[in-house]
Amino acid sequence: MANESATPLLEVENLAVEFDTPAGPLRAVRGVSFEVGECETLAIVGESGSGKSVTAQALMGLVPQAARIAGGRVSIEGRDVAGLSDREWQALRGERISMIFQDPLSALNPSLTVGYQIGEMFRRHRGAGRAEARRRAAELMALVGIPDAERRLDDHPHRFSGGMRQRVMIAMALALDPRLLIADEPTTALDVTVQAQILRLLRQRQRAERLGMILISHDLGVVARAADRVAVMYAGRIVETGTVAEVYERPAHPYTLGLMRAVPDPRDIGAPLEAIEGRPPDLAARPAGCAFHPRCPFARDVCLTDDPAPHEFHAARASACHFAEEVIAHGGN
Amino acid sequence: MAGTEPLLELSDLVTSYRLRPGIGRPGGEVRAVAGVSLTVHAGETVGLVGESGCGKSTIARTIVGLVRPSGGKVLFDGRDLGALPAKELRRLRRDIQIVFQDPYASLNPRMTVANLIKEAWRIHPGLVPRERWDDEVDALLERVGLRSEHAGRYPHQFSGGQRQRISIARALAVRPRLIVCDEAVSALDVSVRAQILNLLQELQRDLGVSYLFISHDLGVVRHLCDRVAVMYLGKIVETGSKEEIYRSPAHPYTQALLSAAPSLDDWRTDESDEIVLTGDVPSPLSPPTGCRFRTRCWRAQDRCRDEEPAPAERDTGHPVACHFPGALPPPTTTAPDSGRLTKE
Repeated sequence: MANESATPLLEVENLAVEFDTPAGPLRAVRGVSFEVGECETLAIVGESGSGKSVTAQALMGLVPQAARIAGGRVSIEGRDVAGLSDREWQALRGERISMIFQDPLSALNPSLTVGYQIGEMFRRHRGAGRAEARRRAAELMALVGIPDAERRLDDHPHRFSGGMRQRVMIAMALALDPRLLIADEPTTALDVTVQAQILRLLRQRQRAERLGMILISHDLGVVARAADRVAVMYAGRIVETGTVAEVYERPAHPYTLGLMRAVPDPRDIGAPLEAIEGRPPDLAARPAGCAFHPRCPFARDVCLTDDPAPHEFHAARASACHFAEEVIAHGGN
Repeated sequence: MAGTEPLLELSDLVTSYRLRPGIGRPGGEVRAVAGVSLTVHAGETVGLVGESGCGKSTIARTIVGLVRPSGGKVLFDGRDLGALPAKELRRLRRDIQIVFQDPYASLNPRMTVANLIKEAWRIHPGLVPRERWDDEVDALLERVGLRSEHAGRYPHQFSGGQRQRISIARALAVRPRLIVCDEAVSALDVSVRAQILNLLQELQRDLGVSYLFISHDLGVVRHLCDRVAVMYLGKIVETGSKEEIYRSPAHPYTQALLSAAPSLDDWRTDESDEIVLTGDVPSPLSPPTGCRFRTRCWRAQDRCRDEEPAPAERDTGHPVACHFPGALPPPTTTAPDSGRLTKE
């Protein structure tokens, strides 16, 4: 759970990310604010195109070529990262903030052994020699649950299963003892029993090292299992935040409520699913007012014209809906 | 459904792939489906769940004739698909349609929606008279929640959910009695997934079609299916009604799978109750002797290595392929020593 007293490891304020397109700049992320504390997991949940992955990339200073941070502030351990040079970013990445991805194979070099790639973290950042790097790589591999670590140092990535590759990625991400880990759909490509292993491993490492974690996911079940707090994203903005228990029990945004009702309810088997009609807007043709209004059963005139800013309606609970209280009352059970 | 003839019956089905030797691996034969028996009755939805490589998609491909079985039988309406003359087989194939996970790959990008649907009538002439084709296309599109003006468009002009509606319309065009859904909603975002699941249920209600619903998503299977079969490494380990499988799973793999499946309720659950299996699924090239699950099973004993458990209704009331079936929770006392199950 969040450590209330400490300065947050990560503070994001009013973040905006824009893509350059032939038709002009396209705002993929707007007005995004959140904090992550030590030993805490914040999940950012949303469907494809919601802006969750772009947000994660922005935190790492890794926005795609055609994109740029168009506004807002990101502070890592109290340090504003705006205007950091490439060299400063390289010192930050891995050392203070790390990231793992859905597909470890695309992040690992297929022609180098796993031991070499993990060891490289120590050679490059810590000036370790070959033998030292190799020894520490083996230690890390054992720590993340790769059986027979010593022997597997000399294997190439393709010799590992998907789950084992994700463990290799986690080992590399944690090699330099960062304070923050961003996990972007870390288990989406994995089978459920392997997913459970990886989620457990992340939880164990988080507790042992008091990591702050951001879990990017489209899976409400994974979020329920792994996160302390959740931020729901829709069309580039956070529409609701709160503790997982609060948000899941009493959604305060119609989109969140819609997502919950679109998933089979484990406590009401066979109950008809309520689909959210339509689909998320094209960011180039973002509806006026609240971006969710064309799909929203609660929408009224004001929603067509006024884009509601996220407002806190009680401690650590915010919703970007004009009718948050009404939504809560509607979804309450 | 007792007493009635099953619509689809798989009887000891075996499907093998021959693997050519590659770099760092020997060649050999993989029995992707290693003796599977399963029935689907008219109007019923049967879920087939398991993790990647368990053989569930190979079963789908075998049923619709994309792969030939190397043993056992596929019976449809009591007739052995492997023993039918070509003409009759073609007629019967019409009754079994398939919807894949990825409509990008299964819809020809150079055909309009209307032509994609009409293609089915060219392959199966006599089903719909040609002068009715356009009207029938409109009716089918409306049936699956699209509009007649969509008929002239191409697959890339649609969203993922709409494309899956097109796949369903095309399957329905030949008025099938069974639709095999192979991870049909797995690639869709949740809000769209719910729309497609509702559509499948509505079609079943209105048309009486049966589904074999193949999925790795246990929540969706629980929502949609009447009966459920759980597969592991080419074999079915447990079959039962939805209630039997989800309320009283008796095979350790089913128990582990259910425990691992994320659900909306997980924030309420004590994580120490989770069953987390260690290790990966063994290679189907060299499956373990005896029970195929024994290398990851916390209940495994010598007998499991020596003797393969046949599916039987021990005290469970539904077929379970395990020498030591039993209720949850697993005995935590054996866990730390066995090293196969870790509990926090």
